[in-house]
Amino acid sequence: MFSRSSQRAAQALLRSTHAPCQPASSIAARSYATVNADIFKPTKFGGKYTVTLIPGDGIGAEVSESVKTIFKADNVPIEWEQVDVSGMETGDKHSEELFRESIASLKRNKLGLKGILHTPVERSGHQSFNVALRQELDIYASIVLIKNIPGYETRHKNVDLCIIRENTEGEYSGLEHQSVSGVVESLKIITRTKSERIAKFAFAFALANNRRKVTCIHKANIMKLADGLFRNTVKRVGEEYPTIETNDMIVDNASMQCVSRPQQFDVMVMPNLYGSILSNIGAGLVGGPGIVPGCNMGRDVAVFEPGCRHVGLDIKGKDQANPIALILSGSMMLRHLGLDDHANRISKAVYDVIAEGKVRTRDMGGNSSTHELTRAVLDHMEAA
Amino acid sequence: MLAGRCLAATARQTVSRQAPHTHTLFRPACAHLQSRTYATAEKDKVAKFKGQKGSDGKYLVSLIEGDGIGPEISQSVKDIFSAANAPIKWEPVDVTPRLKDGRTVIPDEAIDSITRNYVALKGPLATPVGKGHVSLNLTLRRTFNLFANVRPCKSIQGYKTPYDGVDTVLIRENTEGEYSGIEHVVVDGVVQSIKLITKEASERVLRFAFQYAQDVGKLKVRAVHKATIMKMSDGLFLSTARDVAKDFPNIAFDAELLDNTCLKVVTDPTPYNDKVLVMPNLYGDILSDMCAGLIGGLGLTPSGNIGDECSIFEAVHGSAPDIAGKGLANPTALLLSSVMMLQHMGLNEYADKIQSAIFKTLAQGKTITGDLGGKAKTAEYADAVSFSILSLSLSLSLSLFLSLSL
Repeated sequence: MFSRSSQRAAQALLRSTHAPCQPASSIAARSYATVNADIFKPTKFGGKYTVTLIPGDGIGAEVSESVKTIFKADNVPIEWEQVDVSGMETGDKHSEELFRESIASLKRNKLGLKGILHTPVERSGHQSFNVALRQELDIYASIVLIKNIPGYETRHKNVDLCIIRENTEGEYSGLEHQSVSGVVESLKIITRTKSERIAKFAFAFALANNRRKVTCIHKANIMKLADGLFRNTVKRVGEEYPTIETNDMIVDNASMQCVSRPQQFDVMVMPNLYGSILSNIGAGLVGGPGIVPGCNMGRDVAVFEPGCRHVGLDIKGKDQANPIALILSGSMMLRHLGLDDHANRISKAVYDVIAEGKVRTRDMGGNSSTHELTRAVLDHMEAA
Repeated sequence: MLAGRCLAATARQTVSRQAPHTHTLFRPACAHLQSRTYATAEKDKVAKFKGQKGSDGKYLVSLIEGDGIGPEISQSVKDIFSAANAPIKWEPVDVTPRLKDGRTVIPDEAIDSITRNYVALKGPLATPVGKGHVSLNLTLRRTFNLFANVRPCKSIQGYKTPYDGVDTVLIRENTEGEYSGIEHVVVDGVVQSIKLITKEASERVLRFAFQYAQDVGKLKVRAVHKATIMKMSDGLFLSTARDVAKDFPNIAFDAELLDNTCLKVVTDPTPYNDKVLVMPNLYGDILSDMCAGLIGGLGLTPSGNIGDECSIFEAVHGSAPDIAGKGLANPTALLLSSVMMLQHMGLNEYADKIQSAIFKTLAQGKTITGDLGGKAKTAEYADAVSFSILSLSLSLSLSLFLSLSL
């Protein structure tokens, strides 16, 4: 499924995002080598890459344990730097400190694997850590791959779409105020620069992964200025990619089409909130958040995390969680590093386990535990 | 928080009859009304229908036929209503927008008609594309202060989709939120768009949602929000919901994050069959269309816009100018909306009769329109529904006759 290498995408993206930022004079000085050996390739120390691991709240600890076990069994040259930051209201004052530490670690290692951090509704004056992390590191593009996995039947067949979501602005700006008591205004910010950046990413991604069509999702009929800007920017960027078909669709129609005829979509690019909605609808189409991988790309840092961001507090510590989303996100990361052999071995084992259908966690209709699933993946890797 | 109650108090309603697909099975829920003293006294309800019968024993209803396929599907509704002998007299109104002092307004005659009749049925309207045109739907909503949009979706037997047994109801706040229309360019390339949430509007729609839940016998209300990210605005909606819930002790209330709702509805919508979902504007817009997608699209889903004084029932699909006048359009959405309207007006007998005839015709699948995979023309489908109504009443009178003669 991930043979469409995310590394190529990353490089293509890098080229495209760099281009407009460079002053014209310096372009001549840049060679291909500078791009390739650029920031995106973290350095190896002692033959190993250091990767920040943030297990996250809820099921995070269990599923990242599973990933660690599997990576270790395959001798993946990765050293984990684990930061146990938590979004839970624990009462101790460490959470802020740990959060700073995780940011520092990610900036240093440029690469991370992350579970989801919980955001309590009641906490005031504090943003979601997930959002803060994305904004702080400027990992602006979220990629979620929605594809049917062979052997796991759902209501919809032949779904193969990819959701590219702007991660740093829009409705998640965090700017809100109460004008008078009982009247709240919440600001949605859309800028041309960031819209252009995500649009370029989407087209570069489509090109690098042999995708044919990019659909821009918006609500420009109501938010004429904000979403209008986004739509027009995507359209303009699309003109630079004549081989890729471009169209746009209003978000409510897109949601409806998604549940009735999802096969029509290929790459979809959208602002923040719609991404949250559509990635969840998409996950529902192919079998839930437990099997949908994803990643967040920035210019400096790439953080891989399950594609649809669910904490799973309800099944925490029960050994029921499905680690597949995080394992597949991990194998995306290996491809990003160019460790394709490891990535192929691990993801093949995962797909074989799913196709065989004997060991499945509860969310997939089985009753195996997280450990049993991990064991099954390990067995398949050994047998191969 | 009960300051807003005076607002609730200006409006009275028996939404009871408004659930389009409720069956008699659910009705006994009204028994609850007796036991409760607060907030639900019949005269104290939000958005009660105030219309009176005319001297000929019929209610006047404003009919906005709409553009494109509008006139054809409105004709079907008229035919079927006369077959069912429903006590409705249509008053056609024209809402072609006019420019008055530089603003788009609907004609005064139309406003007068709807204000007089308290209820209207509306076909699809084409929004003229161009600068400075506020959509007509939005104008109607603002003119009559239609604060709640009710969108039921029920699986239709005879039209196969990947989802079976869907029966969701979604209520959407209709006046503010992301659709406030307040936007500005800060500097070139940076746009701010304001989402406005007020306690007053939130409370009004929430109160309506709880009443509706009580009236249709779905005794669970779930608020959908994104208060993890929008802590103040969605937070206000959520806290208002918790406050309103205290006034309805017999209804179970809970809240769910938008992400989870999207995921769960798509995975399996049936757990939502016993709930009424209520949410701010944009989420409601997206989710209601998504639910329509589950059962086969906007051509099969009715919609009601509820206001303090007047209510407008409409088909939410487009005006389909490409097939206008060819007799190919499917009138089901407008028909089901008219059924909702009858229920809103308390004419349940006719509502049930028409609704079961529609479902029967669709389930038989012999005379269905092209969009559902059939070959029938709009008029043929309408005739089949009328025939079904007539045969139903005929068999009733026949059995009555037989039982008498025995």
